[in-house]
Amino acid sequence: MGLRDRLGLRHELPPRRRFVLTVCSFLLPLAAWALVSYVPWIWHPLVRVTDPGGVDYYVPGMAVERDVFAQEAANAVKQGLRPPLGYRVNPVYLPPPHKVAVAFVTAFTTPPRLPSEPWLLESFGRSIRTIFWGFVISSIVGVPLGILCGTYRFFARLQEPFIEFFRYLPAPAFGALCVAILGIDDAPKVAIIVIGTFFQQVLIIANTVRKVDPALIEAAETLGARGWRLMTGVVVPAAIADIYTDMRILLGWAWTYLIVAEVFGTMSGITFFIVLQGRYLHYENVYAAIGMIGVIGLTTDMILAWLATVLFPWKRRRSSARRRGAPRVNPPAAAPQPGTGEPTLLEFPGPGAATVDATVNPLRSEA
Amino acid sequence: MSLAPLQLPDYREKSPEVAARFQKIKTRPVVLSVRDLQKTFETKDGSHVAFQPMSLDVHRREFICIIGPSGCGKSTFIRIVAGLEDSSGGAILIDGKPVSGPGPDRGMVFQGYTLFPWRTVRQNVMFGLEMRGKEHSVADVEARQWLDMVGLGKFEGSYPHELSGGMKQRVAIARALANEPRILLMDEPFGALDALTRCKMQTYLLQIWKKVEVTILFITHDLDEACFLADRIIVMGANPGRVLEVIENPIPRPRTTEQLLSPEFIALKHRLDELIHAPTETDEDRLPMIKLTEAGDEVE
Repeated sequence: MGLRDRLGLRHELPPRRRFVLTVCSFLLPLAAWALVSYVPWIWHPLVRVTDPGGVDYYVPGMAVERDVFAQEAANAVKQGLRPPLGYRVNPVYLPPPHKVAVAFVTAFTTPPRLPSEPWLLESFGRSIRTIFWGFVISSIVGVPLGILCGTYRFFARLQEPFIEFFRYLPAPAFGALCVAILGIDDAPKVAIIVIGTFFQQVLIIANTVRKVDPALIEAAETLGARGWRLMTGVVVPAAIADIYTDMRILLGWAWTYLIVAEVFGTMSGITFFIVLQGRYLHYENVYAAIGMIGVIGLTTDMILAWLATVLFPWKRRRSSARRRGAPRVNPPAAAPQPGTGEPTLLEFPGPGAATVDATVNPLRSEA
Repeated sequence: MSLAPLQLPDYREKSPEVAARFQKIKTRPVVLSVRDLQKTFETKDGSHVAFQPMSLDVHRREFICIIGPSGCGKSTFIRIVAGLEDSSGGAILIDGKPVSGPGPDRGMVFQGYTLFPWRTVRQNVMFGLEMRGKEHSVADVEARQWLDMVGLGKFEGSYPHELSGGMKQRVAIARALANEPRILLMDEPFGALDALTRCKMQTYLLQIWKKVEVTILFITHDLDEACFLADRIIVMGANPGRVLEVIENPIPRPRTTEQLLSPEFIALKHRLDELIHAPTETDEDRLPMIKLTEAGDEVE
């Protein structure tokens, strides 16, 4: 099989290769990192001094730039003194993978330096709580309003021009206001997440609802559906699966706002932990905490994607219908049962929908 | 080999039995009455007539086909009857009472697939019953019966995306019929199906029509379909949309696919062809003669 066949434009990949590629997508950046960390001649711009030799201001353990070290060594030899000894290292802000891997565990088990400082788990708990409330409060208002705007031109005209304007105001710009109004605890942080999420949410959901096939609404009308029942019986169920996908993407954006929001008032949550560890030069902990956010985000999204296959069984067509040679008609016995659908990485409801949108700049992306 | 022109009978000639059947139909009460219905679209450059005033009486249990080329306003006409679009004048009466807006008394089957994808086949059929306030258990039983009637009882738990196009349309028919409409409006319901499936669906539809107390108004642009299904065929022309002729279909019932090759059938089809495909070729129909390759003259 040649390379041309392997890449096959828009061809479905066999499951095994899909898995291998998924693993590779994580392994490749990791390999690059390991290479830079463990192979000394690739980067390692500093020298860690082990023996100061004849250089009087060198102390064991200090890191100096390579060319400076070379110069000092040459000077020492010239003056007939012992040259300093040392080995090449990377800057402290680039710890090697194994240190970060260890930090993934120890960051949780190490008690804070001061009693007033939070444990990592506490930090995460607080961050997740903040995001949860921000997202819930935004959704309680935003989802119904979005559906209303998407269904009735009246509400769309009444709401959307202002929301469109407000959407361009960066949420962190309201930080000072939020602190002034809501105090210095978690309330202003929740508020910033709400401001960051809500306006996008209304517009995106309104757009999704507008995309409901008008033929479905017409069919329902000829079957006797009217007004409110048309809304609850047709518009909402027709859009609900796509709204769910929108919410998954929005939740990803909320994480971005979280890090900004936690700076306001008393710095808290995972941001506080990261800033603190940076100040102590524990960069492996910084990486561990950042990585942890990714793990939490990805895990949540995968759980939500799997949940979608349970909640919206009629949306499972995409993966099965694309399979080549699959019979168009399945007898009911062969129909997929809820819960057995394979949840794959970000592949619901279709490749592209979640993956592509989620990777655009969340602060400025359009619906 | 030269082809001798076929000696076709007059398409208006009916056997006494068929004539008697039409007499009988005319004595039945009128279910749908359309009075001087017309539609004009307002566009940027003036108004465009979708179809000129047309009147039509559909008797109980009659099967009417409206046939015409695209742009003759046939789809607009049926959508107005269904209440999905406004007319520019005239009236629509169901059992003598004027109606406006869509309602369950006029069931509709669309050309595109309009089953609700989030509902199973049975829940789709139950939709109209629920909207009319039937109790769930009653609706459930009735929906099963309707599905059995269209031969899809086995698929009641499937989702629409698991069905083929023809099956989807059968469910759509069951869903519309479950409401027991006075008239079933069908807007090119088999237009998206392949020729073989379409042929099967026509046979199914006639069987269903025989079993269920329903009057059918059917839009098509397929000559065979109109000849095979209809009692009366209303032929429409385009620019402006108007009724060219109303033909009483002389082909006896029950209809079978063998009839498709009978002289009567071909005569009727020939007449429809004459009406729909305008007698002279317009300049637009003829492609300009431009030769881009060295084509030989083997092809005539």
